[in-house]
Amino acid sequence: MAINWFKYSAPSTFYGLAGKIAPWCAGISAVLFAAGLYIGLVVAPTDATQGESYRIFFIHVPTAILSMFLYLVMAGYAAIGLIFNTRLSAMMATALAPTGALFTFIALWTGALWGKPTWGTWWVWDARLTSELILLFLYIGFMALHSSIDDPRRADRAAALLAIVGSVNVPIIYYSVRWWNSLHQGPTFEVGRVAVYDDTMRQAFLLMLFACWLYAAAVVLWRVRSIILERERSTQWVAELKEIRA
Amino acid sequence: MSEFFDMGGRGLYVWGSYGVVLLVFIIEIWQVRHKRKMILQQLRSMRELGDEE
Amino acid sequence: MNPQDKMSLSDSLMLVIRRDWLLAMRRRADVLTTLVFFVMVVSLFPLSMEPDPNVLRKIAPGVVWVAALLASMLSLGRLFSADHADGTLEQMMLAPQPLALLVFGKIVAHWMLSGLPLVLLAPVLGLQFGVPTEGLWVLVAGLLLGTPMLSAIGAIGAALTLGLRGGGVLVSLLVLPLCIPVLIFGAGAVDAVLAAKSAAPNLALLGAALVVSLAAAPWVAAQALRISME
Repeated sequence: MAINWFKYSAPSTFYGLAGKIAPWCAGISAVLFAAGLYIGLVVAPTDATQGESYRIFFIHVPTAILSMFLYLVMAGYAAIGLIFNTRLSAMMATALAPTGALFTFIALWTGALWGKPTWGTWWVWDARLTSELILLFLYIGFMALHSSIDDPRRADRAAALLAIVGSVNVPIIYYSVRWWNSLHQGPTFEVGRVAVYDDTMRQAFLLMLFACWLYAAAVVLWRVRSIILERERSTQWVAELKEIRA
Repeated sequence: MSEFFDMGGRGLYVWGSYGVVLLVFIIEIWQVRHKRKMILQQLRSMRELGDEE
Repeated sequence: MNPQDKMSLSDSLMLVIRRDWLLAMRRRADVLTTLVFFVMVVSLFPLSMEPDPNVLRKIAPGVVWVAALLASMLSLGRLFSADHADGTLEQMMLAPQPLALLVFGKIVAHWMLSGLPLVLLAPVLGLQFGVPTEGLWVLVAGLLLGTPMLSAIGAIGAALTLGLRGGGVLVSLLVLPLCIPVLIFGAGAVDAVLAAKSAAPNLALLGAALVVSLAAAPWVAAQALRISME
């Protein structure tokens, strides 16, 4: 049986679907967080060279990975919205931006707190942290552009174009920063680098990665529901929703 | 137990990381819920105005 | 004057460049302001620290490049706004010539008016910082390859923020992160020479990026203009 995906690209259908999926994402995410935190903070052995502070790895690396992943997902939705003129894709892109920016912030924050006890400095200009910082600028630019345009259609399309240009630039920026870093014989270490030698470490990392991913999915779906209501407020189906009739 | 929170003298950094993550998640969830409450309220009042007309 | 119908693409390109050039020549103060701003920013750095010649020589490429980046942001607001206000932009979109070509012309004109003067002035500022002659040549070469990119990427930002309140700051917020690779390769080329290494890899990367951005940016900026003008 083929599922008609286009059916779910209508905001009215997706509103209900998102409402059904989001609690599941949130619930599974909570379970995975509990398991990941337990294994990562209690079971996993102490790192031989970095001591206990390496445990920041279990939150730093998943959030850093997701911050980049969410930007690409956002740009993907933006591109679909721009090409096929689907309203829902643009709303998804708008809903993804704040969560992506927060994950970027968390990656920066935990990177700094990892650097201090391990290398004695809050901030290192290594390729990864610097790229994360620039990624944060890109997220902020996307949100700033979107919020400064009053007409929602123009805001969607302009921000979408910016997201696409940004996503083309992300790898260029990353490699240019790495190049710059290697030329200046910067720090020989990289924040986020840990020798994973133990199975429990790997388990904790994967659990935390999926927990963060599902958390992001849940929050984005909840946020997009509000955005849908806001944009579609004058339509019949919104007026007939039971949460509004009540 | 206190050994667990001490994290080999690195407790401040480890818990500082996880604490801020928790804080950020709580703020984000609160913000999303708040946004939903506001929009539902707005739609309800819009509907009431429409019924009166 | 009504030659639109038979005008070739290169003619219309030249026309756009010439028009922007003439308009700017009537308001030379705008061009000069950008230039003075550039000199001023660069001169502030030695004043904000102990002017140790060794340190100055080391930071010179970065300082000149950051100042060039900021100076080229200043004039981006004017790139489309005057044409938007007097309706020229709408005419351009209706013109039979592809909009991307006309945007390309405007980028070239913008570079000639705000990028090229910086390139010509940069060696003087480099001398102030005690950069040796071979470093000055690479600085100029890098700026020559890099500043057109700043105009090209900047045009996308200017088109996206057309007619928005607070557009000036917003443009910088959108465009500056995208210009970071240009900064890295441009300043890196001079750094390499000062460290007695070859500047060729940096300059080659800048050149490649220039070709790609000049090919893509006018088209993207034209799309952005269409979005903004709807």
